[in-house]
Amino acid sequence: MSITGKIHSIETCGTVDGPGIRYVIFSQGCPLRCKYCHNPDTWNISHGQEITVDELIEDIKKYKSYINFSKGGVTLTGGEPLMQPKFAKELFRRCKEEGIHTALDTSGYIPLENVKEVLKYTDLVLLDIKSFDPDLYKDLTGVSNEPTLKMAQYLSDINKPMWVRYVLVPNLTDNPAHIEALANFLSTLTNIEKVEILPFHKMGEYKWEELGYSYSLKNTPTPSAETIEMAKNIFKKYKLKV
Amino acid sequence: MFEEWKGFNEGNWMKEIDVRDFIQRNYTPYEGDDSFLAGPTKRTKKLWDEVLELMKKEREKGILDVETKIPSSITSHGPGYLDKELEQIVGFQTDKPLKRGIMPFGGIRVVEKALDAYGYELDPETRKIFKTYRKTHNDGVFDAYTEDMRKARHTGIITGLPDAYGRGRIIGDYRRVALYGVDRLIEEKQNEKKLLEMEYMESPLIRLREEITEQIKALNDLKEMAKSYGFDISRPAANAKEAIQWTYFAYLGAIKEQDGAAMSLGRVSTFFDIYIEKDLKEGVLTEEQAQELIDHFVMKLRMVRFLRTPAYNELFSGDPTWVTESIGGMGEDGRTLVTKSSFRILHTLNNLGPAPEPNLTVLWSERLPENFKKFCAKISINTSSIQYENDDLMRRWYGDDYGIACCVSAMRIGKQMQFFGARANLAKALLYAINGGKDEKSGEQVAPKFAPITSEYLDYDEVMSKFDQIMDWLSQLYINTLNIIHYMHDKYAYEKLQMALHDKDILRTSACGIAGLSVVADSLSAIKYAKVKVIRNEDGLAVDYEVEGDYPAFGNNDDRVDSIACDIVKRFMNKLRKHKTYRDSIPTLSILTITSNVVYGKKTGNTPDGRKAGEPFAPGANPMHGRDKKGAIASMASVAKLPYQHAEDGISYTFSIVPKALGKTEDEKINNLVGILDGYFHDEGHHINVNVLDRETLLDAMDHPEKYPQLTIRVSGYAVNFIKLTREQQLDVINRTFHNRF
Repeated sequence: MSITGKIHSIETCGTVDGPGIRYVIFSQGCPLRCKYCHNPDTWNISHGQEITVDELIEDIKKYKSYINFSKGGVTLTGGEPLMQPKFAKELFRRCKEEGIHTALDTSGYIPLENVKEVLKYTDLVLLDIKSFDPDLYKDLTGVSNEPTLKMAQYLSDINKPMWVRYVLVPNLTDNPAHIEALANFLSTLTNIEKVEILPFHKMGEYKWEELGYSYSLKNTPTPSAETIEMAKNIFKKYKLKV
Repeated sequence: MFEEWKGFNEGNWMKEIDVRDFIQRNYTPYEGDDSFLAGPTKRTKKLWDEVLELMKKEREKGILDVETKIPSSITSHGPGYLDKELEQIVGFQTDKPLKRGIMPFGGIRVVEKALDAYGYELDPETRKIFKTYRKTHNDGVFDAYTEDMRKARHTGIITGLPDAYGRGRIIGDYRRVALYGVDRLIEEKQNEKKLLEMEYMESPLIRLREEITEQIKALNDLKEMAKSYGFDISRPAANAKEAIQWTYFAYLGAIKEQDGAAMSLGRVSTFFDIYIEKDLKEGVLTEEQAQELIDHFVMKLRMVRFLRTPAYNELFSGDPTWVTESIGGMGEDGRTLVTKSSFRILHTLNNLGPAPEPNLTVLWSERLPENFKKFCAKISINTSSIQYENDDLMRRWYGDDYGIACCVSAMRIGKQMQFFGARANLAKALLYAINGGKDEKSGEQVAPKFAPITSEYLDYDEVMSKFDQIMDWLSQLYINTLNIIHYMHDKYAYEKLQMALHDKDILRTSACGIAGLSVVADSLSAIKYAKVKVIRNEDGLAVDYEVEGDYPAFGNNDDRVDSIACDIVKRFMNKLRKHKTYRDSIPTLSILTITSNVVYGKKTGNTPDGRKAGEPFAPGANPMHGRDKKGAIASMASVAKLPYQHAEDGISYTFSIVPKALGKTEDEKINNLVGILDGYFHDEGHHINVNVLDRETLLDAMDHPEKYPQLTIRVSGYAVNFIKLTREQQLDVINRTFHNRF
C-alpha cells in the first residue's frame, strides 16, 4: 500500500522556494506558531487532505518539462513537512527515482534521529532560522531553537547543500546584534549556499481572521529598504552569500 | 540579373519568385546577446514625441481626423508626412498622420455610422454612389443570407462575422516588392494569366483571370503611390533603407485598400537583416542608423488607423489593427532564423516604449539561441508586449517561412490565405441543447425544434447526445454563412494588392472559431461529476442551474475534465470538416475570443457550471478565472492538452503573473519565464500571451489613465492599450486570474 500524507495544497508554479520552477507541496500540520506565519491554515494536522505518494508522483510527472527546462524540482514545505517523516522520505525517494531535484523547507524543529532518512533523499534544505536568540525564538514561535541549530550543524557535518531563510520583521527580528550572532554561527558551517532574507509581509493576515486567530502584528510595518540592506550587510560581512 | 542583387548569394530566387530561398541563402543567424543594440537617435526621440502628442489629441477626440468624401485606395491620398526632415521611412494611409480613410466597399452603412459617431458626415455624392450605383460586400451578403443565418447572428450563437467590414487575415508577401521590384512582379502575374488561357472558360477560371487582372492594376497603382513620395519601386531595393521602405510601401498599399479586421505584416525582420548586414559590412550603415530605420518603420506601424464604429471598438478593445510581425523561429535545416534584426525589432519596445502594435510575435523553439530566449523574457517582464507561439509545432505544418495572421493563425507567406470566420458560441449551443433549440434568453426557436430536456437533474449522456445534434446543426449553418460572406467579399471587396503578393495557386482555409470552451467543459464536468439541478421558468425554459457538490474544473491539469475539453474541440472540428466550403477551402478552427469574451458572456444566459448570465467567458482557451486552484503551470498544462491538429487556426492562452511570483531576482525571473515557455511549448502548447504586471498598476491606471499612455497588456492573442479598454473590459482583465502565489 502506498504511503499517505496530509497536505494542505499544491502550487505548480513555485518560483521562490528553491531554484527554478518547482512543484510545491504544502504539507499540513506544524508544531510552531510563528507570529508572522502566512500559512496559519496549515497548522492543524487534523485539517487538510490525505493523499498517497503514488498519486503525488503521478501528478508531479506531468510537470517534468517545466521542471527540467528551468532546472527546478519539487519542494516540500508546509506546515512542517518533517512532522510526517515517512511520507517525506517516500515522496523524495520516488522523486529521486524520477531524477527530480528535491528541496525540503523546514524549521528544523524535529528530533534529528527521526529525519536522517529523509535527508538522504533531499538535495537541498531550506532551513528557516527564525532567530538565533533563544528567548526571542521562543516568544516568536512558541518553541525552542535548539533542535533547529542542531540540525544546521548536522547538515553541515554531512555537507548537505543548504539555504538559510531568515524572516525580517521590524521591531522583532531586526536587532543587528541578533542577526550578527546568527551570521557568526552560520559562518562556522561549510554547507551554506546562500542566506535568503524574506521581508515580512501581511499577505497571510486575512487567513488569521478567517480562522478566528488573533494576529498580533497588525500594526507592524513591512521592513524598509534600509533595514533589508542592513541585514544583508551583516550576513555579507561574514562572507555569506545573500 | 538586377544591379541591385550584386553581392547576394545566387539561387532559385533569381529565377522564380521565391523569397524564402533568398533568405535561406543569404541570412546570418545570430547567437549572441543584446549588447550590440543602439538606443534611440535624437531624430527618433523627437519624432516619437511628436507621435505621442498626436496620439494624445486623438485619444481626447476619439479620432484625430477623417476623410469624408474620397474612398481610400492605393493612390487616393498622399503623400503625407509627419515631419519630412526627420522621417527615415515615409508614407501614411491618407495625406496626414492618423487621419483615417473611408473604405465603403465593405459596407457603406458602417462608414456612415462611424462618421456619424465621431460627428462627421459622409459626402452626399459619395453616399449616393454607394447607395445607388455601386453595391458593397455588406449588401451582397444580406441579399443571400437565409432566415436561419440572420437569427443565429442576432442571438449571438455566431458572432463577429465579417459581413459588414473587411475580413482581413490575409498576409501579402510584402517582401517581394523589395526583393524583386514591382515590374518583375507584374511580369510574373502576366505570365500567370497566360497560363490560364484554357479550353473551357468555367466560372472559377474566369474569376481567377479577372482577379489577376485586378492584381496587375494594383501593382501599377503601388508604383504610382511610391512615386508620389519620390521613390521608383519598379526596380528592386538596393540597400537596407530601400528594402524597409519598399516593404513598407507594399504594406501601406494594402492598408490603404483594405480595412480588414487584422492586417498582419508577415515575417520581415530577418529579411531586412540581410540588407542591413550587407550595408554594415560595406560600411555604409552604422548600428545606430540600422536601429533608427527599424524604429521609424515600427513607428509607422504603430500609426496604422482604420475608421471603426464605437461598437466595433468596444468589441475589440480600442483600435486594434493586428499588424502582426513574426520573429525568430528555426529553419528547416536546423539553423536559427534569429538574426540581429530579430533583436532590433523587439528593441523598439525599449526605444519607443511599450505598445500594442505592431503585434510582436516570437516564434519559440526549444532550440532558439539561449541569449535570444533571455532577451525576449526580459522584454516581456518589462513591457508585457510580446506573444509567443510554438515554432516547433507549426513548422511541421507550415515549414519555416510562415507568418501569423491576426493573433494565432499561421499561414505560409504568399502561398496561403484564409477566409476568416469569427466564432461560434459553444456555451450558448449547450444551452440550446438543453432547451430543444430555443434561445435561453428570448425563448425564440433558433435551432430546429427537438425535444428539450425535462428532467430535474441533468444527465450527462442525455445532454451530450443533444449537444452533439446541436453542433451538427451549428457547424453546417456556420460553414454556409461563411461561404456566403467570402463569396461576396471576393466579389465586391477583393484584396487585389495583397493577392498580387501571393502565388497564383494558393491554399485557402475556412477559419472557424469557438468561444466559451472552458464554460462548456466545466458545465459538462459539473453534470458528470457533481449534480446539476435545472431551474425552469413558467414556460418550461431552463434558465438557471444549481450545482450540488464539487466538480473538476478545466485548468487544474485534471484529465477528467481536460479530456472533455479536448473531445469538444475534436468533435466540433470533425463536424465542420463534413461540409462543402467556398473555393474548396479547408476548414480549420481557432480557440480564440479576442476581448469579445466579455460580449459573448453578456449574450449568454446562466450556464450549468455555475457561471451567471452576463458574466464574461474566459478569454480564448483560458480556464475560467478563480477555478484554477493549482497554480499557473497546472493551468497552462490543461490548455497545452488541447489538440492542435483539430485547432490549426490557433489556441490562444493568456497568462498573467505578478512580477514577484516569477522569482526574486531579475536573473531568476528571466530563467523561470524561459523555463515556463520551454516547458509549455515542449508539451505542445500553441500560443501564450505573457503579462507580467501588478494588479495595483492596473487599478491605478483605471483611475489615472493620463499617467499610463503606453501601458500595454496582452489579451487573447494580441495586445491592447489598457487605458483604451472600456471600464467593463478593464475590470474583466483585473478580475482574471493573476498568478500571484509567492
